[in-house]
Amino acid sequence: MSPEPIRRDFMLGEGAGTGAGPGADPNLHIGLGPAHPAMHGIIRIQTELDGEFIRKADVEIGYLHRAFEKDCEVGGYNNAIPYTDRLNYVSPLINNFAYASAVEKLLGIEVTERCQFIRTVMAEISRVCDHLTCIAATAMELGAFTVFLYMIKAREYLWELVEDVTGARLTISYGRVGGVKADLPDDFAPKMTMAFKETREVLDEIHRLLTGNRIFMDRMIGVGALSREETIAYAITGPMLRAVGVGYDVRRAQPHWAYDRVPWEVVTQKDGDNYARYLVRMAEMEQSMRIAEQALALMPGGPINVDFEGKAIDPAAYVDQGKQGKTEGLLLVPIRLSPNLQGQNRPLHDRVNTSDKHVVLPPKETTYGSIEGLMNHFMLIMEGYGIRPPQGEAYFASEGANGELGFYVVSDGGDRPYRVRCRPPCLPPLAALHRMIEGEQIADLIPTFGSVNMIGGELDR
Amino acid sequence: MPGAAILQRLRDRFGGAVVASHEHRGDATVVVERAALLDALRFCRDEPGLDFDVLMDLTAVDYSRYPGREDGPRFEVVYHLYSIARNHRVRVKTRVDEDDAAVPTAVDLWPIANWFEREVWDMFGVRFTGHPDLRRLLLYEEFVGHPLRKDYPINRRQPLIGPKV
Amino acid sequence: MGVGSFFTSKLDEAIGWARKYSIFQYPFVTACCGMEYMATACSHYDIDRFGAGLPRFSPRQADVLFVVGTISHKMAPVLKRIYDQMTEPKWVVAFGVCTCTGGFYDNYATVQGIDTIIPVDVYIPGCPPRPESVIDGLMKLQDRIAAQTQRY
Repeated sequence: MSPEPIRRDFMLGEGAGTGAGPGADPNLHIGLGPAHPAMHGIIRIQTELDGEFIRKADVEIGYLHRAFEKDCEVGGYNNAIPYTDRLNYVSPLINNFAYASAVEKLLGIEVTERCQFIRTVMAEISRVCDHLTCIAATAMELGAFTVFLYMIKAREYLWELVEDVTGARLTISYGRVGGVKADLPDDFAPKMTMAFKETREVLDEIHRLLTGNRIFMDRMIGVGALSREETIAYAITGPMLRAVGVGYDVRRAQPHWAYDRVPWEVVTQKDGDNYARYLVRMAEMEQSMRIAEQALALMPGGPINVDFEGKAIDPAAYVDQGKQGKTEGLLLVPIRLSPNLQGQNRPLHDRVNTSDKHVVLPPKETTYGSIEGLMNHFMLIMEGYGIRPPQGEAYFASEGANGELGFYVVSDGGDRPYRVRCRPPCLPPLAALHRMIEGEQIADLIPTFGSVNMIGGELDR
Repeated sequence: MPGAAILQRLRDRFGGAVVASHEHRGDATVVVERAALLDALRFCRDEPGLDFDVLMDLTAVDYSRYPGREDGPRFEVVYHLYSIARNHRVRVKTRVDEDDAAVPTAVDLWPIANWFEREVWDMFGVRFTGHPDLRRLLLYEEFVGHPLRKDYPINRRQPLIGPKV
Repeated sequence: MGVGSFFTSKLDEAIGWARKYSIFQYPFVTACCGMEYMATACSHYDIDRFGAGLPRFSPRQADVLFVVGTISHKMAPVLKRIYDQMTEPKWVVAFGVCTCTGGFYDNYATVQGIDTIIPVDVYIPGCPPRPESVIDGLMKLQDRIAAQTQRY
């Protein structure tokens, strides 16, 4: 039996705004959302208006709660990776790698150098996608539809790049505990150069369209500002914190992956209003591309020189040879894998995955060609076995596109995480949203909300 | 300040109220008794040298199925603190029993605690005494139960409309 | 029978043709599928060439409800209300596997398919569906719209 929903009146309340009679509320109650074009995710903002000015605002979230934390406890450690994709779904690579790094911290293992550089490159590409989407959506709501089309065009180039590497455009499930799914393809460098060239051209156009635009500036400057003390008190991090002048960036403060090996700058502004946040994001995209290019240039590993006699054989023949006992030199013969297992043959696999056999699946030659490899594979896949970090807890913070993305993982020694907590970077700005919009006009809510870059998947988990 | 020094400062100041402390995997962690929790958090925030001005995260863990801790206090409320000026972190934890699952609110110290505590109430059922507006954050008010508790089955659905598929 | 039904069937075809190339969709975007919806609607994959380029953000002005992204139990009454507010003729597209069946969110918070709440015309599976799948689903929807007979 489903009870009549309470407090769910999406229509104007009786007597609202009349201002007549005893006890009548002179303010107009208007609700924005949950289904509203300008709300980037689904959220409900109940406002009390006095004319055009917002006197009180109540923000209600939770419309996209998908039980991420509970779902992570159901399967193994790698089972949670697809769920992490869908947290901040505009920059899924960062979530994958942050979760994988949290589990690696809990295990006490290090990933290979090449893997760290790959993670850096892919995370920065994801960050550019996120900032593109944020500014595109904000501009669209202010009426600049062209900006939206141009930035989504740039995002398409980046998504094609991501698809070449991971196999999917958006929900990529690329990170693994102990490494990544597969190495970068051979022609990654020229493709990335091309994609970044297109993106830089688009950013140039956007600067010409928006940054000096009278209408854009009037709507964004001085709007939605938050003071430095309040920003810190509300635990807001990321571009919003850097827009008030605090140069806190997790990539600089607690360097992880390859961020301390390439030169880049933390971008800050002073005013803390929507325009400052826009400028921070635009500049951060350029810094991200800079990081990715330099990291790619410095990437260790180089081309693989495999020295073998004869041609690659396919897995069935491999297994047959093993079963017949013809195992001499078998593990050195290259294997021809199907495309969706690409990257799991030994030379590529060992470059990007840690060698700890309790964590990472063995390369396919070993799995198909030797009994130890097969057993190793089973010990990681079968129910009841798997990655088993020792009892303990670990918190790993990385810089998501909206701020500090933290994963707090508690292990009970079994093969399933005992508790996975995602510290959502966009929850604090939403908690402070009512401070940003009270006193502003109702039309100012739209760009302010856009500059907060709320991502429903991450906020509600 | 290195983690061990932070833990030492806390131990010096709070002595017996510190139940446990460790630095597993490099994370300085201290478990305090509930009675000293607010003082410990305030000390972390205001003490020069510690300066933990950011409450990064506030969450809880249900230990009722943890091997070795099934009979102990059920919930552990976890505070992750960070200092921007000093770039150091600490994790402050406190343990509460199931029948007395209440913890003093940290809203006066950091306003972000408002929403974090609402989420812990929503997901675990731990009350925060003194909280101005303790209602559910992520789920709807008609929902019965606290889903992140270990005894809540993951697919017990409580639809508002539609069948209970 | 006879001449009368020839004219009404030709009229049906004409109305169906006009309707299928002037789709005013209400994109009820909630989650990750929204990103692929945006990608399909923008210049690279472009649903404007199918006549579906103008999203109407009011249910009163829309005829197709694209439910894009996971619907949680908290959001379900809102979805039903939006569906009820749309005027006939209306069609519903379940975009993404979360709206078709709940996706891999088999938990306390997710509606296991929006067809438990509202009737659905076209299901586009995928997590998220590639823009080509979306366009395929849109074309199937157009076939449905064109084939719909009018009740005179």
